[in-house]
Amino acid sequence: MKNVYLHSAVSISAQNTFDSDGFLEDIISVSGSTVPAKYPNYRDYISSSASRRMATGVKMGVSAATKALQRAQLGQPDAIITGTGMGCIEDTEKFLNTIIDNNEEFLTPTSFIQSTHNTVGAQIALGLKCKAYNNTYVHAAVSFESALMDAQLVLQQEEARHVLVGGVDELGSEIITHMRHMEDANANGIQVPFGEGASFFVVSSEAKSNAIQLVDMAVCSTVSENTIQQKLNDFLIKNEIQASAIDVLISGRNGDAFDSYYNNVSTELENATELHYKHLIGEFYTASSFGLWTAYEILNRQDIPKDLIYKGEEKSEIKYILLYNQFKGRDHSFILLKR
Amino acid sequence: MGVAITGMGIISAIGHSVAESKTSLLASKSGIGTLKHIQTKHSGLIKVGEISLSNADLTIQLQLPEDHNYTRTGLLGLFAAKAALKDANINAISQYRTGFISATTVGGMDMTELYLKQFATDPEAQKYIQSHHAGDSTQKIADALNIIEFVTTISTACSSAANAIMLGARLIKARKLDRVVVGGTDALSKFTINGFKTLMIQSDELCAPFDADRKGLNLGEAAAYLVLESDKVIVKEQKTVLAYLSGYGNANDAFHQTASSENGEGAFLAMKKALKLADLNPEHIDYINAHGTATPNNDFSESIALQRVFGNHIPDFSSTKSFTGHTLAAAGVVEAVFSIIALREQTIFPNLNFKTAMPETGLQPVTSVVKKEVQHILSNSFGFGGNCSTLIFSKS
Amino acid sequence: MNELRQELKEKIIEQLNLEEFTVADIADDDVLFGDGLGLDSIDALELIVMLDKDYGIQLTDPKEGKEIFKSVAVLADYITERRAK
Repeated sequence: MKNVYLHSAVSISAQNTFDSDGFLEDIISVSGSTVPAKYPNYRDYISSSASRRMATGVKMGVSAATKALQRAQLGQPDAIITGTGMGCIEDTEKFLNTIIDNNEEFLTPTSFIQSTHNTVGAQIALGLKCKAYNNTYVHAAVSFESALMDAQLVLQQEEARHVLVGGVDELGSEIITHMRHMEDANANGIQVPFGEGASFFVVSSEAKSNAIQLVDMAVCSTVSENTIQQKLNDFLIKNEIQASAIDVLISGRNGDAFDSYYNNVSTELENATELHYKHLIGEFYTASSFGLWTAYEILNRQDIPKDLIYKGEEKSEIKYILLYNQFKGRDHSFILLKR
Repeated sequence: MGVAITGMGIISAIGHSVAESKTSLLASKSGIGTLKHIQTKHSGLIKVGEISLSNADLTIQLQLPEDHNYTRTGLLGLFAAKAALKDANINAISQYRTGFISATTVGGMDMTELYLKQFATDPEAQKYIQSHHAGDSTQKIADALNIIEFVTTISTACSSAANAIMLGARLIKARKLDRVVVGGTDALSKFTINGFKTLMIQSDELCAPFDADRKGLNLGEAAAYLVLESDKVIVKEQKTVLAYLSGYGNANDAFHQTASSENGEGAFLAMKKALKLADLNPEHIDYINAHGTATPNNDFSESIALQRVFGNHIPDFSSTKSFTGHTLAAAGVVEAVFSIIALREQTIFPNLNFKTAMPETGLQPVTSVVKKEVQHILSNSFGFGGNCSTLIFSKS
Repeated sequence: MNELRQELKEKIIEQLNLEEFTVADIADDDVLFGDGLGLDSIDALELIVMLDKDYGIQLTDPKEGKEIFKSVAVLADYITERRAK
């Protein structure tokens, strides 16, 4: 079976991750209900004639995708696969409100057209004139992981050699307010702001020197707190790796009651330094794609920014990173990377 | 040979089961009519393929508690997915690694559009905040069926379910799953009715795919699922195979956000890829279940693509959207079910309401029920964003 | 007449979010679609709604737009002849 490698990683987030060559050096502290991403200068990546209809998520997605392709020195991918939890919620809310406000009259098509979940993937394809495989996953906290798994499958089944894969979500304004309200009504609710962002990657079956390997991944809908360790062990055994070999665990902690899952996984990995990241970028359905971006940077740079450390020490040599994410005790995912 | 299909379930405007769908198809009986369940200004100006059961009816039939927060998309999906598992004789779901892949475009929109302005204050409405996102209906169905492994949702507009079927096949081939329920569900909503109205592609008459004077599409709602199983399970459980998914292809037209290209490039590429994967030549295809939405743009573009793939020997083809309306994310699997019925019955179904061939191509779809030998069927699903997918089903 | 043309240019820029254009950039006879201003079929649908909402002119077939939206001058003439608002 073909190996899968990461050739590039690019992230737009609430931190200076897109325009900076540094790696989470000047941390912006985030707090409150929601935190928007630091938007790049879109004009560098999208023509004004193309961007005039684009909402935030589409612009972030297209910009991050463009830069990910540039970094991998890839003109045309063989597949474009995106994940988005809430989809194009800005245009969805806009069209919905026009229906309500205008009582179904004088509605214009643009926000409806741009509200479909596959808009980001479609606009990337349109911009590149890329006629290749194109797919969009929209399953809450495994939206990005589903996209990555599809990328792994099309590479392994030799339907593609280079795949552009990414996760993107935009805040919108109305639904997110209600979601926050519900969350805040719960004392054990999510303790970080809701956020947004876009992280894109080129994954490939071609080995490059010093390439980061995506060893394997697993996605599982339902696991109990008591069986998550078993799931982890099954995953590690399948990939013939000892728990003690994992140098770094990147967890999706968001401070809610379900962080206990992370505790249980962390306990199993005796030598791992545990990192977290949602306190820096907020929680959203595709936030875990930012986690993968940090993993890529850490393996490449062999350096862990101190603001990421949740538990344990900085390491001098990092070979294996395991990412684990879940949302409210559902939608669990493991991603194993190796340098 | 491809990936084995061992069960299917469906609910659409032409029937609440595979058997009812078959009866309607064989009788050339369309389910398109006047909108009943949704309050909209446009109800007099459109025709729709609506499912007769109300949400309350579905709640009772599915034996759900009255205070549930299923949206219509979820209710329809659960109805069809349960039927698919039953059809495949699956009782003990945890016996094998089982996944669930569902497609939707509207997700929980049918409730969001009703309650958006009550979310802030009305506790009764608040239960639908969490059901807005597209993954919610999928998750509820998976939970109700006790599917706990890989569960995901696909949304690529009108090609969504075809892509769900495709992913299922890949997961079986990769041995990541032994069994996977694949398909899609989309309820009618005020959002989509108004959306398609802004595009001016909804007909006020019964849709007439591939007709020279076609005026546009009729929206529909449906849910349908297939059960795919690995060869290992088929042998071990001595399962009856309904048909095989022998090929699939996905390509992007990369031409325009909504319109299809003049040369049908995306459609052409998707069909070519599917034929290649199935290791079939164009002349092996006995029937095509076309995307055929009855919009001027799609049917022209698809016709050109058909001519490019099949030359002067275009197989018998029809669009069954003249029966069900365009069921958006569900269309790919609804038409997969119809294709499998066609293989089982050795019968192909008509393209209703067709009178005159379009002058640009002169293509004539099948207009009556025809008994014939059918070994391989090609089914097309194309969507906004240039997403084009083709599936090929072969006789077991 | 000139006022209407001016008004239409403003509306086109605003409605279609043509950020890089000003009213001065659009000549009365400039071709709006295709190679001209670069508008497409989605813009045509936007303009059809504008005709209905602001001038009370209803088009039922989007194909009619092709001629009507040829240029600002043609559009202004069309509106002047038929406006109900």
